[in-house]
Amino acid sequence: MKKGYYGEFGGQFVPELLMPPLLELEEAMKTIMKSAEFCDEYTRLLTDFIGRPTAMTHCRNLSRELGFNLWLKREDLAHTGAHKINNTVGQALLTQMMGKTTLLAETGAGQHGVATACAASLLDLDCEIYMGAVDVERQSHNVKRMELFGAKVVPVESGTKTLKDAINAAMRKWIADQETTHYCFGTAAGAHPFPLLVRELQSIIGREAKAQFVEKNGKLPDYVVACVGGGSNAIGMFHDFVPEESVKIIGVEAGGTGEPGCYNSAPISLGTTGVLHGMNTKLLQTEEGQILPSHSVSAGLDYPGVGPEHVYLHDSGRVEYAIINDGQAINAFKTMCRKEGILPALESSHAVAWALENKDSIPAGSNVLVNLSGRGDKDMDIFEKYTAEYGN
Amino acid sequence: MKVSRLTEKIKESNAKGRTALVPFLPGGYPDLDKFWDEIIELDKNGADVIEIGMPFSDPVADGPVVEAASLKSLENGVNLKWIISGLKGCRDKIDAGVLLMGYLNPVLQYGIEQFAKDAQEAGVDGLIIADMPYEEGVEIKKILAEHDISLVPLVGLNTSRERMKLYAKDATGFVYFVSVLGTTGDRDTLPEDVKKGLEMAQELFDIPVALGFGLKRPEQLVALDGLVDAAVFGSALIRHVEAGKSCREFMEIWK
Ligand SMILES: Cc1ncc(COP(=O)(O)O)c(C=O)c1O
Repeated sequence: MKKGYYGEFGGQFVPELLMPPLLELEEAMKTIMKSAEFCDEYTRLLTDFIGRPTAMTHCRNLSRELGFNLWLKREDLAHTGAHKINNTVGQALLTQMMGKTTLLAETGAGQHGVATACAASLLDLDCEIYMGAVDVERQSHNVKRMELFGAKVVPVESGTKTLKDAINAAMRKWIADQETTHYCFGTAAGAHPFPLLVRELQSIIGREAKAQFVEKNGKLPDYVVACVGGGSNAIGMFHDFVPEESVKIIGVEAGGTGEPGCYNSAPISLGTTGVLHGMNTKLLQTEEGQILPSHSVSAGLDYPGVGPEHVYLHDSGRVEYAIINDGQAINAFKTMCRKEGILPALESSHAVAWALENKDSIPAGSNVLVNLSGRGDKDMDIFEKYTAEYGN
Repeated sequence: MKVSRLTEKIKESNAKGRTALVPFLPGGYPDLDKFWDEIIELDKNGADVIEIGMPFSDPVADGPVVEAASLKSLENGVNLKWIISGLKGCRDKIDAGVLLMGYLNPVLQYGIEQFAKDAQEAGVDGLIIADMPYEEGVEIKKILAEHDISLVPLVGLNTSRERMKLYAKDATGFVYFVSVLGTTGDRDTLPEDVKKGLEMAQELFDIPVALGFGLKRPEQLVALDGLVDAAVFGSALIRHVEAGKSCREFMEIWK
């Protein structure tokens, strides 16, 4: 495959002015990230700071009801409450070792912003976070956390005022500040080498999950499931399972309200091929190539594009991508709380919902391992608004 | 490919002892009715090459002025078909070279082959795609060349000698030197190292070198005498038009 490509997807579609920092980053991945100094320190931080390995939980009550075993990989238990921290601590350490002083990031749900701000604080880096004005409003709790960690949060008023516009704004800023600044991209998407870099840093999820599952059960799970926004928690979970042919792998995209023709966040299932944010991928777009607004009840899945490796895994048939809509995710959110004492992020609730919604087609006794990418405390305002509008 | 009309137009202007003038307006701006009249007005008032923006919803290389103007054009219903067929209708009234500038995705959705064919028929001389570095442009450049359309490269203050050489190998039309590490937008002063960058570009490219991003007043070019074959201005012109003033007036300052 061509460098930076997954089949025909991926690439480096950026202004020439961004090529030097991308090439510099590629080089740093080959040298710094492979060094013992980086590996030792990163491993130490994963354990001592992030709290890895995260637990794997058997959902006893739900499993009894469903007729199959539901397992959760508990990224909600990682420091700051989501898988995002695995990536940001790695990139922050890389930034420090590259001799740069500032972390720049975009955020949708705010989870990646919080994780970046936290990593910056830990490693004494300056931090600037771009966030769509709509998201600033719907995730105000996370904005406060970022500011408490010392980050500057910049609301983005252009375009749809959500994640895609925050990415545009951050890319513009990176052009100007590339000498001192690393763009700590939040998901396994964007221009090469970001999809690869983020997958490397997130694949700890699948590596741990596989080892934990095999140790407990003496065999591999039958299904591995994760939600797909940009695709970082999913690719991190999937990577070690992809070569295991017996394992069915399912990525779950956000279908929005589920009404016909509604705005959604399911570019693999409902989008077409095109170029945005540095990559050739599947996009929600008009026939004329203008990017459409996306929608999901979960801010972290609300993105009109997706990481290129997922499109490749879809087209090659290795991974199945399904759609879960807002209502089904809210139902899974409540179910998990009431039955298992776990409050999942609305993003992760999409993955849980896939298991609940497919209970009739999943063979009895199967083992279904779902990546619980984050915790749902941040989503309480959205949940309350949703139930006020649609009832309990 | 024969010598590009872009190269010819810039050289003609330089031969008269002038820096060639390259004004930029987003297609369909300020509105659909006035747009082609403004373009013809620019042509009559000293434009050597005219750059028409192809609006895109997510223009990462643009600053607020160009972005807002492009989004306004999109709201007005502008698309690539409108630009190309409109140009075809009035190309014989325009003496200047014509360049389209935009982002890759709308061109991809149009279809590269079809785009190259239709653009050639409309009299387009060159194309700038802001989000396509050398490596990703190899195939497209070939297809465009078959239709006598130059793929104009952008280089900047951080472009290494090696990368500039890569672009210089097979570039036609002219090379666009971006004056700032940043996005489009008018600025009062240019960075110090613009001069060094322009010198390198003049040394490595055997086609004209244009300077763009951040240009506002002719005095900005004085210190760069002999290094700038053509000057591109977008945001300053858009501001001028936005204020209800004529393109003719704007060009006066630069003539
Ligand atoms: C908890 C959680 N899960 C999932 C996602 C989706 O991102 P990705 O697909 O990159 O894992 C987000 C994004 O903000 C998130 O906060």
